[in-house]
Amino acid sequence: MKVLVIVPAYNEAGVIAGVVAGIRKVKGINLVLVVDDGSSDRTGELAEKAGARVLRHTLNRGLGGAIGTGLAYAKNYKFDVAVTIDADGQHDPRDIRRVIGPIVENKADVVIGTRTKYAHEVPLDRRVMIKVSNWLTYLLFGFRTNDSLSGFRAFSRKALDNIHIKTQRMEVSNELFSQIKRNRLKYSEVPISVSYTEYSRSKGQTNMNALNVLTKLLLRLAR
Amino acid sequence: MQFSLLQVFLLLLITFSFTRVYLRAREGRVEQGAVIFWILIWGGAIFIVLFPNFTTILANKIGVGRGADAVLYFALITLFYMVFRTNVALENLKQDLTELVRQLALQDDQKSQDESKVSRSRK
Repeated sequence: MKVLVIVPAYNEAGVIAGVVAGIRKVKGINLVLVVDDGSSDRTGELAEKAGARVLRHTLNRGLGGAIGTGLAYAKNYKFDVAVTIDADGQHDPRDIRRVIGPIVENKADVVIGTRTKYAHEVPLDRRVMIKVSNWLTYLLFGFRTNDSLSGFRAFSRKALDNIHIKTQRMEVSNELFSQIKRNRLKYSEVPISVSYTEYSRSKGQTNMNALNVLTKLLLRLAR
Repeated sequence: MQFSLLQVFLLLLITFSFTRVYLRAREGRVEQGAVIFWILIWGGAIFIVLFPNFTTILANKIGVGRGADAVLYFALITLFYMVFRTNVALENLKQDLTELVRQLALQDDQKSQDESKVSRSRK
């Protein structure tokens, strides 16, 4: 079974080498693919030195754009499983085996690593934001999930063939659920651990851009 | 028919807008559908400027009261719709840009893989 781990990264020079090294230690992974989303620092170069294959976006296109590129690569090179993991170091690469478990056992096409079991590890404001986003995902797409904002996901070959990401920025997290539903993919959740640091909290989904995400999603629905 | 100063000013403005639509259409920078849309908008505007009483008749029919109010409501709705369409068009453009950046990244990767294969085979 060919497994690809996709790391969408934007200006993560400080942590990317460690993240790539951590993923490479996990058994059964064929390739670590860093999608350098137009970083202005040495993210791509350091990821390559750490042993990752690097795809470079000439312009910053956002999280959705970077994930879409990673999934397109997985599809082109016929990987059986593709895993997405955050570049800020908040995820534990050792959880990869557990997240791909339901796909290996043929029980799921898409698996989300959820932070709910270890909710005490998640700061209160993030927990509120996750709840609001889950509610929004249900309201807009009729899909129930415990962690619609998780960046830790796994996709089967079937999912890779059927999912076509359209959104470009943070709203990709919610959009994925509409694609899972539309393509009738089997969905599963696996609890994962997270470690929030000052650094990881300053990256990724900030509380302030939640409204922006909502606007983008509504615009997509209304078109 | 005697025109007021406002009517003359508005007619000049609309004529100018018409010439813009015509010139951009001739350059092929405005799609056919958009040309028809603008002809209808500016044609309607000319009609209203020439026959302002028509707006009062229309306003009474739809129950707004004053003709000027009816025009204002219509203009507002049209503007909101156009802002929405512009937003959607912008999003589509961004999507196209992302797809372009994606294909470039994948092609560059393919090229570097091919090059490394060639250099390995030479060794």
